[in-house]
Amino acid sequence: MSEFQDAFVQAARLLGRADPELLEIIALSLRVSLTALVLACAVGLPMGAALGVFRFPGRRAAVTLLNALMGLPPVVLGLALYLVLSRSGPLGFLGLLFTPTAMILAQWLLVIPIVAALTRQVVEDLHEEWEEEFRSLGAGRLRSLFELLYEARFQLATATLAGFGRAIAEVGAVLIVGGNIAHVTRVMTTAIAMETNKGELSLALALGIVLVALSFLINAGLVAVQELGRVARG
Amino acid sequence: MAEGARSAAGFGERGSILPLRVEGLGYRARGEWLLRDVSFTLRAGGIAVLLGPNGAGKSLTLRLCHGMLRPSGGLVSWNGPPAEVRGRQAMVFQRPRVLRRSVRANLAFALRARRVPRALRDARTREALAVTGLDALEHRPAHRLSEGERHRLALARAFVVEPEVVFLDEPTASLDPAATAALEGAIRRVAADGTKVILSTHDLGQARRLADEVLFFHRGRLLEKTPAESFFRGPRTPEARAFLKGELLA
Ligand SMILES: Nc1ncnc2c1ncn2[C@@H]1O[C@H](COP(=O)(O)OP(=O)(O)OP(=O)(O)O)[C@@H](O)[C@H]1O
Ligand SMILES: [Mg+2]
Repeated sequence: MSEFQDAFVQAARLLGRADPELLEIIALSLRVSLTALVLACAVGLPMGAALGVFRFPGRRAAVTLLNALMGLPPVVLGLALYLVLSRSGPLGFLGLLFTPTAMILAQWLLVIPIVAALTRQVVEDLHEEWEEEFRSLGAGRLRSLFELLYEARFQLATATLAGFGRAIAEVGAVLIVGGNIAHVTRVMTTAIAMETNKGELSLALALGIVLVALSFLINAGLVAVQELGRVARG
Repeated sequence: MAEGARSAAGFGERGSILPLRVEGLGYRARGEWLLRDVSFTLRAGGIAVLLGPNGAGKSLTLRLCHGMLRPSGGLVSWNGPPAEVRGRQAMVFQRPRVLRRSVRANLAFALRARRVPRALRDARTREALAVTGLDALEHRPAHRLSEGERHRLALARAFVVEPEVVFLDEPTASLDPAATAALEGAIRRVAADGTKVILSTHDLGQARRLADEVLFFHRGRLLEKTPAESFFRGPRTPEARAFLKGELLA
């Protein structure tokens, strides 16, 4: 028990004096996850909206696949990506394994299905309501798509934050393709896992506190966005 | 309204898309004929009212004429290439949608969708707001509008694109008498400006107040098409007589 208390005191100290190693890890986590998120939105929002608005053969299968991918275990994705990026793999020549880029790639792939699937749901429901109005006004599919993306902006912000939540909290994939190398690819989740294994509870705990605080912040952000949406739509 | 400018620079030189000819029109869903053998012709000018009890086929007819549905039988023809005619019509649906934006932004959306030149948009917007009495609500979020105001916005959105023909599907259902009167005023003004109004209602009073021509529907069939005056003086079919007495059930 006293060991535990000790760890807490140490963690508070690390946080209090803004320990450089701690900050480095936090900064890398944020950089990797935010980059992955932005890139995932760039793909996931239009992809989801297109699935919600366009009708084409194979669409149903695509939607099912997307929904299934939302629950893809990160470790499995990490493994697959590892095989692709490893020296003998098809993209081995890029030398990306154990770099932050590989981690961004992993989180990007994990977040796309979340953003795309949630976007598809929202946009499809809206499109059903709006289809005749759009057709009556002569708005083409592409214009409809953009109008609906804008119309759904608050729900889509929610989808985006959910995506960020998945990225920042994820450990399996980044551990496999990043390798948890100090000062290079060590992020909060992988550091927590390793320090705990080593019995170094203070750093793990300090990082844990930051991670929890972040997820609270994300949730507060979610609530704020929804509130904003309610106010905006009256 | 600056209607002079409209007819000069607008539809005049392109010719009218009217008359609307409907021949043997039918619509079937799940093996059941919901609309059967409907034929009529509507010419330019005035207000045509589709009258009939719930489920008579009024909305179906409007949507078929506007090209929202494909007929299962018969045909709908306009004076002009099919790809073009809808661009000169507008429709207010029975349950109109509004975007979660300001009243003005809702009109801007319609103008964008119809590719109305930027230079014309401001004047058109002001005109549509004025004719529907929405000037004061221009900056309100459309979602906060009352039911009646929202219907007026839907009407403004139809008028703002300056259609040659406008379909109105029960534009005043669920509105209070004052809102109804205001909306009917707007409809009359637009009709007086030369827009052909084709409107559905089951409100006899409204039909009396607005109609130049009545098309009486019952159970998916068009039973009468006559000038309003003669319809209300002496309907020919027993169904219409019963409807006028308030006795006809759907
Ligand atoms: N897609 C559809 N599938 C099955 N039935 C339909 C469909 N569309 C309309 N109907 C039916 O066709 C009939 C006519 O519908 P329509 O909406 O034209 O009636 P209406 O005259 O507009 O009635 P109301 O005054 O209630 O609006 C109704 O009985 C309706 O239930
Ligand atoms: Mg109807």
